This record gives sequence, C-alpha cells and structure tokens, in this order.
Amino acid sequence: MNDKKTLFINNIEVEYTDEKTVLEVIRNNGFDVPTFCHRPDLTQYGACRMCIIEQDGKWIQASCTMPPREGIRVETNSTKVRKIRKTILELLLANHKRECLTCEKSGNCELQKYATEYGITDIRFPKLEEKDYAVVDDSNPSLVRDSSKCILCGACVRACSEFQGHSVLGFANRGSNTVVQPMNGRCLSDVDCVYCGQCQAVCPTGAISIKSAIDKVWDVINDKTKKVVVQFAPAVRVALGEEFNLEAGENTIGKIYAAARRLGFDLIFDTNFSADLTIMEEGNEFVKRLTKGEKLPLFTSCCPAWVRYLETQHPDLLGHLSTCKSPQGMLSPVVKEFLPKYYEGYKKEDIVVVSVMPCTAKKYEATREQLKGETDLVLTTQEFARMIKTAGINFKNLKDEEANSPFGKYSGAATIFGASGGVAEAAVRSAYYIVTGEELTNIDFVEMRGVDATSRTKDAIVDIKGTKVKVRVVSTLKEAEKSIQELKAGKSDFHILEVMACPGGCVNGGGQPTSCLDATIKEKRAKGLYTEDKNLAIRKSHKNPDVLKLYEECLGSIGGEKAHHLLHTTYSDKFKGSYKDIK
Amino acid sequence: MSVESPAGINTAKLDEIIQTYGGKKSYLIAILQKVQEIYKYLPEEAMTYIGTKIEGLSPATVFGVATFYAQFSLEPKGKYEIKVCDGTACHVRGSMPVIEAIKGKLQLKDGKMTTENGLFSFETVSCLGACGLAPAVVINDKVYPQMTPDSIKIIIDTLLKENE
Repeated sequence: MNDKKTLFINNIEVEYTDEKTVLEVIRNNGFDVPTFCHRPDLTQYGACRMCIIEQDGKWIQASCTMPPREGIRVETNSTKVRKIRKTILELLLANHKRECLTCEKSGNCELQKYATEYGITDIRFPKLEEKDYAVVDDSNPSLVRDSSKCILCGACVRACSEFQGHSVLGFANRGSNTVVQPMNGRCLSDVDCVYCGQCQAVCPTGAISIKSAIDKVWDVINDKTKKVVVQFAPAVRVALGEEFNLEAGENTIGKIYAAARRLGFDLIFDTNFSADLTIMEEGNEFVKRLTKGEKLPLFTSCCPAWVRYLETQHPDLLGHLSTCKSPQGMLSPVVKEFLPKYYEGYKKEDIVVVSVMPCTAKKYEATREQLKGETDLVLTTQEFARMIKTAGINFKNLKDEEANSPFGKYSGAATIFGASGGVAEAAVRSAYYIVTGEELTNIDFVEMRGVDATSRTKDAIVDIKGTKVKVRVVSTLKEAEKSIQELKAGKSDFHILEVMACPGGCVNGGGQPTSCLDATIKEKRAKGLYTEDKNLAIRKSHKNPDVLKLYEECLGSIGGEKAHHLLHTTYSDKFKGSYKDIK
Repeated sequence: MSVESPAGINTAKLDEIIQTYGGKKSYLIAILQKVQEIYKYLPEEAMTYIGTKIEGLSPATVFGVATFYAQFSLEPKGKYEIKVCDGTACHVRGSMPVIEAIKGKLQLKDGKMTTENGLFSFETVSCLGACGLAPAVVINDKVYPQMTPDSIKIIIDTLLKENE
C-alpha cells in the first residue's frame, strides 16, 4: 500500500505515501506551519488552529487533523491564512499574563516564538489587572502551574492521560471560562500527581514550568564555608548538548564535567557510579528473593514518579518494590559519609550535594521524609544548561575533563540506566554473575531495548543456568498499570518489573531539553547511551573497581548492615480519601 | 429530606449506582444525574469516588464533565429550588425585575445562590418552553405563571410561613 500519490503545497507538487495528515506531508517536504497542540507522541487534537492551511483557494482547514488527498492544492502562507493565524495569536495573548521578561519559559516558549515570527507588535485587547489572574500553584517541589499563561491546547491533559493513565489534570468549566486544573482547582500537591513533569515537557507556554533551584545552587557555590559536590544522571549526558546546538544523543559528559568545574563546584561525581552501586544492591536483593521465592516480582525503585504512583495508588504492592534507594539517593549519603575520609578539609556538615537530573520528580524525591538531608538541591538538565549560559561558558569548545575520584568511574551497565530497559539489562548482567559465579558472554539484551511508542512494554527471558528469569520492562505508568492488573489477577509470571514513568525512560524525562516536537529525539539520546556502553571497557556493574573499593574500604559486604543503613529506604502508604477499599 | 454532609458520602449507595450502569465510563452523565438526585448537588467526595472507581476516569475528568453541563450543581441546593426562566419571551416580559426581587428578598449577594438557612436556592434557566406564561418561575417542579416582583414576594412569604 505504499503507492506514491501527489498533492501541491504552495504550487509545488510533492509526493506522499502513508502520511496520516496533511501536516505530516507539509513537514516531510521542507515546509512548515506553526502548531501548539500537535505533539507526535500524543493523539491529534486540533485545538489551537494555528496549523490551518487554505485548500484549493476556498477552504480553511486544520492540517493536523486533515487526511491528505490526491491532487489537492494546499497554501500554507496565503494572506487569508496568515491573517487568521495572527488573529488567533492576538486572541491567545488577550488574556495571557504577558510577562515574557520574567517568565520561566522565556526563550523556550512557542507562544513567544510565534508571536515574534508573526510580528505581533500590538495587542488590541487591554491587559487584565493583576488581581484577575489565576493564583500560581507552586505548592510542590517539582512543578509550577500558572493558569494565566495557559492557551488550552490540552497537551498536558493528554500527556497525563495517555502517558500516565492518570489524568490528574483535566479541563473544567465551559466556553471562555474553561481552565485546565486538577480536581476542583486543587493544588498538584493535594492530588495524586507523581511529578513526572511530562505535562511540563509538552506545554508550549509557561503555564507549567519547572520549579527552579538555580538561585539556591548559585548561593551555595558562592558560600565559601560550603563544599559543593555535584552528580550527573545518566540521561543528562546525551541531552544537555542540545541546548548548545549539538546533535541530540551526542555524549557530552567530558564537557559537562569541565563546565561544572568552571561553574565553581568543588568536586564532580557521577550518578553513574551509584547506578553501579544500585545494581550491586538490587542485584543482590533480587537473587535473594529469587532463591527464597518471595516478594516476586521485584519492582525497580529508581523512578521516583513510579514509587509515588505505587504509594498513592497501590500501597498493597509496596512489598514488591526494591528497598534500594535510587542512584541519586545512594550517592548523596555515601558522599556525605565517606568523602571526609578521602579529602582533607571536608566535613560532613559542610558538604552540599547538588544533583543534575533529567527529571522533575527527583526534586520531589529529595524532599521525601525518608531521604531528607541527603541530596540538598536538585537541578534539571534544563536548569543546568541555563547556569552554563548565565556563566558565559562556551560549552561547545570545552575540552573534555574527568570526574573526581573516588565516585566518578562507571561501567556501561550504569550508563544505560537512562533508557527504558537499561536498569533491567544492567541488573541481569550482574545477577547472572551473583548466581553462577561466571561471567555472561553475550551481554546485549536487545529485546529489552527500544524507547519509541511501540516498545513501552517489553518482555525478555534470561536463562541463568537453567533458571528462566522473566523480565518485564515498562515505560509510562499507563503501561505499568496494565502489568499491575495482570499481577493482581494472577496472570503474570515475570520476576522483575522495571518501570520508568516517562515514555522511553529518563532520556525523555520531564526535565530534559524540549523534545516533544520530534519523536526521534529520545531515540537518538538512547542510542547515545548504548553507544557509550558498547565503547566502555567495563560493561558490568560488579566489575567497577571503584565500587568494589567502596565496599572494601567503607561499606563492608553487599547488602550488609552499613550498606543497608545508607543505601536502602522504606516506603509509606499515601493512599488518600474514603475510597480505600477499592482497586 | 436530609442532605448528608460532603464528608459523609454514602459509598455503598454510590457503588450501587455505578453498578446499575455496569461501571462503564460512558454512563458517567447518567451516574452523576442519579447522584445529584440523592444529594441535590454533586459533593466533591462523590465525584472523587466515582473518578477513582470507574476505569478510565479520574476525579479531574469527572469534575470536567460536572462543570461542563449546566444541569449539574456543585453547590448544595435549598429545600425550595427557584428557577426563573430568562428565555427571550420571559426576558422581554420582565423576568429581570423578578430576578432582582428574588435576590433582594432572599438577600443573595456575591454570586451566592443558596440562602444561609438552606431553605431556598435560586437559578436562572434558559427557555422552559412555557412562553405563553411569561415570565415563568418554577419552584420544585411547580410552575408559577406571569410573575411580577410583587407576586413572587408573596409566594416566597407563603413558603416561609409554611416553614415557621
């Protein structure tokens, strides 16, 4: 059915095959129209009407919901179309807060971009008074919601429902009174939001933005009494470059270390190191559970949004969750506890741990009751990029540098944590060794890989000397819920369930540079991680010499008392409301 | 009829209603109508419960449906629900003075639609289809034709007396 057909765009004949919409044909042929509500990974919605085109000189149509037809003539920039788009922009700006200079999304806002491109220099409608704007919701540690900047494109509502199956955000009221909000206008902290930040990632304006920790980080850097230590999550290294016009997926970790030093961080460590540590503990925990045959399947606990989802929706399953802290959660207490041993002049109480994460939920994780005082400040990839820009560092031309020892070395198994399937793959590589005492020869589990929309649930079977270990890899909580229902119905037989709340895993996290306009960006980032894994000499966590040294010099045995105290955590039932007996 | 407080919603009753409709999300409007019959409005707790219980829905989605349709009320209704028709015919025959008279008589201010004592609630509705009786007022399903500010005050006084 790949018959080539043609239509005309701006009088140029173009071919199309299986494109579903005229918008796709337009973009595949080097043309473009503006869009707000169109997101490749979400359903077509047709709300913003910015993508309108003039068909055959007669009709105005929204190209994002219009199937292509043979021979039609499409005008993307006719006078009529441009005039309508300009009016739409003006109307969107009519009740918009219009505070671009001080807006968190400034420079990264599609509304601002199109307003500039369409030359909106004058808005006929007067600005509302300050008191008429909606109250800003910054009640939670991760996200800030400002309805007065919302253009009702519904991207966040779709992301919450289609990725997380959760619909914390919804439309309320009707007509000109329509707003996007959680149940009955409550704050995000008041409902079961997991802070994954996907709503923020798809928001074209400043209506949902990341709660910035930049100023606090500058303050500690400039505080001479503090020793500021920074750590970088796996997925940051393949995305940060995009903010500096580098290719998506290009691994810039050497430059990131260099930039962090120039920003004034005292020591640079890598969350990848503690990802290896996580595998040691979690692999050990899994093997224990497997031999005893209890509390299976084991749920991974790296993703804070997933942890919060279980706590709020399925507290009865918390026993399945690995007690291991996330890599961020492991490195911080280890740094605070053992760094004074390796570096002179470092005192536990003076150390400030800053982490750079692809994730908004990590900000929430750091404030968890059980983890308080460990990770002090959490920046997202976006915020860290902004700090580099503020400092005027020429990121592109930086020479690669190394992280500091003793928490800077990592294996290939750690770096793939950043893509959906990576944690499970890394765990299996080491679990095989823990069980059999032998090294696995073929360590590439391709069936666990893949971050596109078709591979959100992946199954793999690993043969550990006769024991068939079934691994289920899931990204998005909507898919996770399906696996949970299977489990509750007694229809599941998997032993490990890896869940990442963001579609494709951390590479597509809510704190990463904007990637919602191109579905292939997350694939490129994942490819960057797997390439690094392939090129590293050490590709298994239990081979990381610095991790082994840490156990030898500080922690004692794997899963031992000290390790348990520092590297493991507890969970709590956060189920709310009077409907406890259901589900 | 006693209205239960929002904190004390009867979940067994809600379950029964949800079950009547097979727990399907496509019946949400019908379910909300039944709930409103019981409470005379939609308590937030009830909407949260329904949104959590029915697969494919969430509290925010249920709230969205409840606020989209004018037939649903999020505020407790009074013992007497006064509906004043403000359709075209009633409007030109003087529904506005009637509305003002009711608001004044019941001392409803700042967008409040239910009296403090819970006896009266008031709303304007679109055409009731009784244009021949314009301006028309409906109190608890009883139609009062050709209202004037004076006549509506007398009716309210009568109802007040009945409840003394």
